[in-house]
Amino acid sequence: MAYGPKIIDHYENPRNVGNFGTQSDVKTRKDIGVGLVGAPECGDVMQLQIKVDPATGRIEDAKFKCFGCGSAIASSSLATEWLKGRSLDEGLAIKNTQIVEELSLPPVKIHCSVLAEDAIRAAIADYRVKNGLAVETATA
Amino acid sequence: MATKPFKTPIYLDHAATTPCDPRVVEAMLPYFTEVYGNTGSRNHRFGWEAEAGTDNAREQVAALLGADEKEVVFTSGSTESNNLAIKGAAYMYEKNPAGSGKPRGHIISCIIEHKAVLDPCKRLQKEGFEVTFLEPGRDGIVTAEMVKGALREDTILVSLMWANNEIGTINEVPQIGALCHEREVIFHTDATQWAGKMPVDVNKDNIDLLSMSGHKIYGPKGVGALYVRRRRPRVRLQALADGGGQERGFRPGTLNVPGIVGLGKACEIALAEMDRDGLRLLAMRRRLEDSITSRLDTCQVNGHREKRLPHIANISFGFVEGESLMMAIKEIACSSGSACTSASLEPSYVLKGLGIGDDLAHSSLRLSLGRWTTDEQVDYAIDKIVQSVQKLRTLSPLYDMHKEGIDLSKVVWGVH
Repeated sequence: MAYGPKIIDHYENPRNVGNFGTQSDVKTRKDIGVGLVGAPECGDVMQLQIKVDPATGRIEDAKFKCFGCGSAIASSSLATEWLKGRSLDEGLAIKNTQIVEELSLPPVKIHCSVLAEDAIRAAIADYRVKNGLAVETATA
Repeated sequence: MATKPFKTPIYLDHAATTPCDPRVVEAMLPYFTEVYGNTGSRNHRFGWEAEAGTDNAREQVAALLGADEKEVVFTSGSTESNNLAIKGAAYMYEKNPAGSGKPRGHIISCIIEHKAVLDPCKRLQKEGFEVTFLEPGRDGIVTAEMVKGALREDTILVSLMWANNEIGTINEVPQIGALCHEREVIFHTDATQWAGKMPVDVNKDNIDLLSMSGHKIYGPKGVGALYVRRRRPRVRLQALADGGGQERGFRPGTLNVPGIVGLGKACEIALAEMDRDGLRLLAMRRRLEDSITSRLDTCQVNGHREKRLPHIANISFGFVEGESLMMAIKEIACSSGSACTSASLEPSYVLKGLGIGDDLAHSSLRLSLGRWTTDEQVDYAIDKIVQSVQKLRTLSPLYDMHKEGIDLSKVVWGVH
């Protein structure tokens, strides 16, 4: 697969790799939202964790880990960059098509951007559930 | 890092294709510009000289296979050889005519065969033949016992590869051939990965039809051969093309003289150097596999531990995905079983066929060594692969979960 320079850059220098604790740690932390999407047998698993400032309601930090192809790693790396500093509603406004455009993903890799959008939605929903907030949003 | 004594990328994909041996190219060259006659031109020197070239090549191919030169049919490669063998035999030996409402005949093959065998079998299925696709065990080997269990009264053909192209495992070909002869069933073997690498004796190995390709054995692309047994039993085939009657009617069309001369030379070299190359490659493959599996946890060599070709290693790495691994080792040209490296987005059907699980099929590399692979290149590949897997595991949520003691097979994953 011949990839464009932006995918290669995110793949070779992934941004915000990591987590805010083990699976069991973050499960109980109210300031962390976790999205774990995909499946090993499909060849893609993305884990996205957001840390929300309770005072401002903004995403102050985001971290990812990804099992997947170069496009999946690049899509999740880009998602963490875009999430930082956004409110939750602004985070939900990130669409897979924007990721496709930014990274120039080839058509066969569009599912990677869909997975990244799913991971964002899952992480935000997890945070909202933990904090008793309504999960429904107008942007969906 | 010290200066590498070789150029990168290094080529470890010899099961896909091999470079042409310069001795082969040398042998071919006169046949483009000087000896350019048509072997069918029986009444002038140009034709005679071209025919002398293909006759010599026929002897060289026959010598590699332990066959008679009259039993060699030149083709464009293994795909054509397989099609001619399977469809040609099925049509010739059908038990009931098409449209009779009864099965036209029964064929036995295997789910991990190459597509060039599977697809002709599937076409025959649509045309009224019945095909049993054997399922090998986790070691990837088809035994005579498995074939015995599948034989029927109306079985006309068994088609099983000698060695698998993805995992290098070796089927029980001589034993399967003996069983087929006992039951008077035609036995075809796709020996694309085997012939020229390992010894063949079509008589001792009980083979009726054998496919091989030039470009897998340091010969040119676009040329191959089909061995067709002439005695005990005499195997007949229905030709797939009609034309000028070349190759005793099995395969009409003007002969690809330079290609055939190259194939012959490649066979001659293979026969002379097979033992030495085989031992060298086996030592190298073992070092590659042992070094990688001892330096990394949760990785496995696919296929039977011992009964494998000397030059093919197929290794699955838990918790990393094949395409991203290929990107990390871009200095190493090899193949992956990952869906993401194929057009179909399906992981390797061969690895799936062994029942090793889609996750490990996605994370596999096939490294295949060749005549000019050096120890330095293998050392380089070992280091590069180990480092890259370690790096990708720092990115992998699955590796974290594994280390936390979570059983990944028990996690309920969202369907995507």
